[in-house]
Amino acid sequence: MKTLEEIKQIREEKRKELDLRVNLKANTREKHILVCHGTGCTSSKSPKIIENFRKIIEEKNIKNVRVVQTGCFGLCAKGPIVIIRPEDTFYAMVKPEDCEEIINTHILEGKIVERLLCKDIDNSVVQRLDELNFYKKQKRIALKNCGIIDPENIDEYIAFDGYKALEKVLFEMTPDEVINEVTESGLRGRGGAGFPTGKKWLFTKIAEGDQKYVVCNADEGDPGAFMDRSILEGDPHCVIEAMMIAGYAIGANKGYIYVRAEYPIAVHRFQTAIDQAKEYGILGKKIFGTDFDFDLEVRLGAGAFVCGEETALLESIEGKSGRPRIKPPFPANVGLWGKPTLINNVETYANITKIILNGAKWYSSIGTEKSKGTKVFALGGNVVNVGLVEVPMGTTLREIVFDIGGGIPNGHKFKAAQTGGPSGGCIPAEHLDTPIDYESLTQIGSMMGSRWINCNG
Amino acid sequence: MSDLVKLNIDGIDVEVPKGTTVLQAAKQINIDIPTLCYLKEINAIGDCRICIVEIEGRRGFVASCIQQVEEGMKVHTNTKNVVEARKIILDLILSNHNRDCLTCVRNGNCELQTLAMKFNVKGIEFEGAKTEHKIDDLSPSIVRDFSKCILCRRCVSTCKNVQKIGAIDCAQRGFESCISTVGNKSLNNVNCTFCGQCITACPVGALREKDSTDIVWEKLKDEDTFVVVQTAPAVRAALGEEFGMKIGTNVAGKMVTALKKLGFDKVFDTNTGADLTIMEEANEFVERFKNGGTLPMITSCSPGWVRFIEMNYPELLDHLSTCKSPHQMFGSILKSYYAEKEKIDPKKMFVVSVMPCVAKKFERQREEMKNGELDDVDAVITTRELARMIKQANIEFTQLEDSSFDDPMGEATGAGAIFGVTGGVMEAALRTAYETITGKELKEIDFESVRGKKGIKKATIKIGDADVKVAVAHGLSNARKIMDEIKEGKADYQFVEIMACPGGCIMGGGQPIRSSKERSEYDIRKLRADCLYDIDEKSTIRKSHESPVMKKLYKEYLEKPGSHKAHELLHTSYHKREKYDL
Amino acid sequence: MDDTKCMVNLAKFYLGFTVDESCGKCTPCRIGTKRMLEILEKITEGEATLEDLERLETLAKTIQKASVCGLGQTAPNPILSTIKYFKDEYLAHINNKKCPAKECKALLSLSINSEKCKKCGLCAKNCPVGAIKGDREHGYEIDENICIKCGACQKNCHFSAIS
Repeated sequence: MKTLEEIKQIREEKRKELDLRVNLKANTREKHILVCHGTGCTSSKSPKIIENFRKIIEEKNIKNVRVVQTGCFGLCAKGPIVIIRPEDTFYAMVKPEDCEEIINTHILEGKIVERLLCKDIDNSVVQRLDELNFYKKQKRIALKNCGIIDPENIDEYIAFDGYKALEKVLFEMTPDEVINEVTESGLRGRGGAGFPTGKKWLFTKIAEGDQKYVVCNADEGDPGAFMDRSILEGDPHCVIEAMMIAGYAIGANKGYIYVRAEYPIAVHRFQTAIDQAKEYGILGKKIFGTDFDFDLEVRLGAGAFVCGEETALLESIEGKSGRPRIKPPFPANVGLWGKPTLINNVETYANITKIILNGAKWYSSIGTEKSKGTKVFALGGNVVNVGLVEVPMGTTLREIVFDIGGGIPNGHKFKAAQTGGPSGGCIPAEHLDTPIDYESLTQIGSMMGSRWINCNG
Repeated sequence: MSDLVKLNIDGIDVEVPKGTTVLQAAKQINIDIPTLCYLKEINAIGDCRICIVEIEGRRGFVASCIQQVEEGMKVHTNTKNVVEARKIILDLILSNHNRDCLTCVRNGNCELQTLAMKFNVKGIEFEGAKTEHKIDDLSPSIVRDFSKCILCRRCVSTCKNVQKIGAIDCAQRGFESCISTVGNKSLNNVNCTFCGQCITACPVGALREKDSTDIVWEKLKDEDTFVVVQTAPAVRAALGEEFGMKIGTNVAGKMVTALKKLGFDKVFDTNTGADLTIMEEANEFVERFKNGGTLPMITSCSPGWVRFIEMNYPELLDHLSTCKSPHQMFGSILKSYYAEKEKIDPKKMFVVSVMPCVAKKFERQREEMKNGELDDVDAVITTRELARMIKQANIEFTQLEDSSFDDPMGEATGAGAIFGVTGGVMEAALRTAYETITGKELKEIDFESVRGKKGIKKATIKIGDADVKVAVAHGLSNARKIMDEIKEGKADYQFVEIMACPGGCIMGGGQPIRSSKERSEYDIRKLRADCLYDIDEKSTIRKSHESPVMKKLYKEYLEKPGSHKAHELLHTSYHKREKYDL
Repeated sequence: MDDTKCMVNLAKFYLGFTVDESCGKCTPCRIGTKRMLEILEKITEGEATLEDLERLETLAKTIQKASVCGLGQTAPNPILSTIKYFKDEYLAHINNKKCPAKECKALLSLSINSEKCKKCGLCAKNCPVGAIKGDREHGYEIDENICIKCGACQKNCHFSAIS
């Protein structure tokens, strides 16, 4: 158990310690080797890379070097990815056999391993992550911590403003003020339908019930989509914190996250995060010494895409077959076991702490008039830079496919992009300049859906 | 704040109480929105999408059977889009349905046929693959034919939510969805009680009774066999419906005439068997009551209920009365007393029972329901099967003159007649028990406190110095409540009547099947019940022990209720039954 | 265009996923999506008519509006949007029995160009189903009835004689 003061102290100390993760000019002799441990890179042997690094460092008795597993950096086409901090050197398509060379050449001799550097879409060789065209038009809000912290270390989360939003909410804001902030931010549900999040929170708050619930929909079922997975694998605590903030706002002290069973790493990371939060007393009774209690449980899916539909998900949590209910009544009024329930998608929650800390005005300054903030996309299909991107709403499809995605490989022409998977429509070349936001996509016959883009050359 | 809601349907303003559905509100202004999976008070799940309507401001079509009215709502039930959508949806249902109507038991009484006619279906637009099926006809009572199932889930709702048995449920998903049991086994191998409520809930021919008319026809044509038929009280209250007569018409007279025309050698009344059951059961109760036997005593004439207790509360079987059910008792007497008297070889006697019940088909073949080597009852046919036989024999039922049941097993009492209604057995038993215990005449014969549709009715009857507490339950969900009370030691009553079917035998699984529309419009239970209460009221003798038939039977043969002979012929035993035989 | 993606096949792929995942509760999604898939299969097998395309669209719009949940309501989206923007591909499959993207196997036919063919027999050797008959003297021919359109012959031909 940690008191609020102790948490603050951890934050201060750890932030200094981890400054090199975000500061090119960090004043330190330490080197952190960040290795992507998201599912994509994991299946390309990144755990072996981590293991090899650690072994070599121990054998050679090298001091001041730390190997850190992180969440997804996003440029999956170039995985497994290794980043050396503080200089932000970006090594692409690393193999376990390369570890020796990286240690010897980069860590010990201070020289870049040229052959492992990444080639950008314009064929230029890039040294640092932030030099890549892939990242230039991105704005990582939901994915803020992915690739920076070790998702299985709560202290690292705390270091970068972790649980600061919860503290602010519990001590400086009333539930109504929280809901107001979320409403003003213009955040809309990222699960596909785009319902105004603040409104949903308000409906659940004013619904009558002796018990309320907060639920996170992590049953990301669209084939090819891995936005939610990456958030859960890379920054599980930000979802926990957001669910607690939601609980405080609507008057709930019990939450469930429904994760599809096909995401074992995400499930493990999230459960670990819950356990660590419980250990620190951040989850449990009288949080930070206030009257607020909150408990969180993981529930697994069992292979049904339809359980991503919110009412089918509730049925499944209740132990029944996952078949949707007729709406109305909506879950805000009649949800889990008939009680008012708030259900939001992982990515929706991932935006909450940033909105609380930076303010609704800041968030609503990003994006378009009706679609605020950013959107995470899984970019796939026939495109050079396959991976995970987060862009402000209103970015055009052309920018995503060509500027960020690097266009269609092998000299083929762009034919169409499919957004929203089996629920979405295709966008032909003539609509490449459509800004990606809820209204524009619906207008041309597609939909935001769970926002993964499959390009066809 | 008024509890009334104003809305507009098809341009007409209507005001209804809060909580009314759009479907019900439309009905009030004579707009008959078509439905299929809707069954009043049992199934309103909005699945079939036939009852869809357009509501201004709502994105897609809305199921009117489940949508509650809202102030200012504007509903359109018959726009071009909605009508076209309904037609396509019906087409889809038909495309995955076994359309062999000519050989289907529900030909002419099928809600899918009715819809197809209403929508003027001329062909199937969306032909395609059909789901595979296997017919389950292993149980003695119910046959399941999934090729006809339209997945309305009315059967599942009835079994799960009304009877609270849950023997069937929806399995698999998507196009492969089906209604199934644990391990996809036959109903015979799972916790089905054979109450047959699923059959009467089914809008099509996916569920039906096991047909026994073939063997009956065969025996009727066999000159060597002496074929005897007996009819349950509930049959006469409903048989007429199969011939277009008003619900609740007492067709006892016509029924007897028809049976004679069919060629039965003797036509008897199960009500007599009911009187006999009262004689034995009242005596059994008085014995237990006076001598500290297992109480509460529970009636045992409902075989679905007996199956239920054998499966779910085998440790409490001692509470069951050891009496056989009326038709079983009657069959036993027919093959002994009657056969001896009339000098008929009982081996050449074929006893047929016409029952409102499909569980009786299971009951009659129980090992215990024998007298020596002979089955008490050789075949059970339901009200529906009898109607089919009458039609097959070209008998113009509605034009028949009335006839009386045959002697010497002759006229039954009014107490026997009310066996078919929930509370009826209790009432009949009390009439006899009262006079047996007190030795005094019972003036108030009607026990109103045990009548009516309430799930569990409790009453205290003053019999002499004693206060006899009774309970009456109908529907297996209420049976379960009673059994739990007994199990927990909270039961303070001494005599319980339990009927498996909600409403009693008049609403049994073998009775005429009424459409969802009719069940919404008429209180079928009450209409049929009133028929039997009416028969009782008009009867000359209304107490079983006053029946001259009973007096003679005991004098000449059985000696007294509970005698050794009575036990041999008229009593039975029960045993634990496994719920699942996988 | 040459080796671009077949949009009809794409719609069929997504619909196949939806049919598999439908919960089966409501009629339009349970049976309707299956029927849409059957029509799409007909189209990609070259057995559909223009009426089939019309029926597909009508059914799609009904399923959109009559389904209970988002799965059914959005299942027709890939179909309706590909019909909207790539109708010519649908028409090619239906009217000409051809797949412009050369993806739909049933509509492909492989043949040997006798002018380019050097009668080396490599194609016949590599054919997994023995669909190529002939000899080094007279040359070789592909039997369309046996051919499964795997393309092994094309891959192995050094002279680009198979198309």
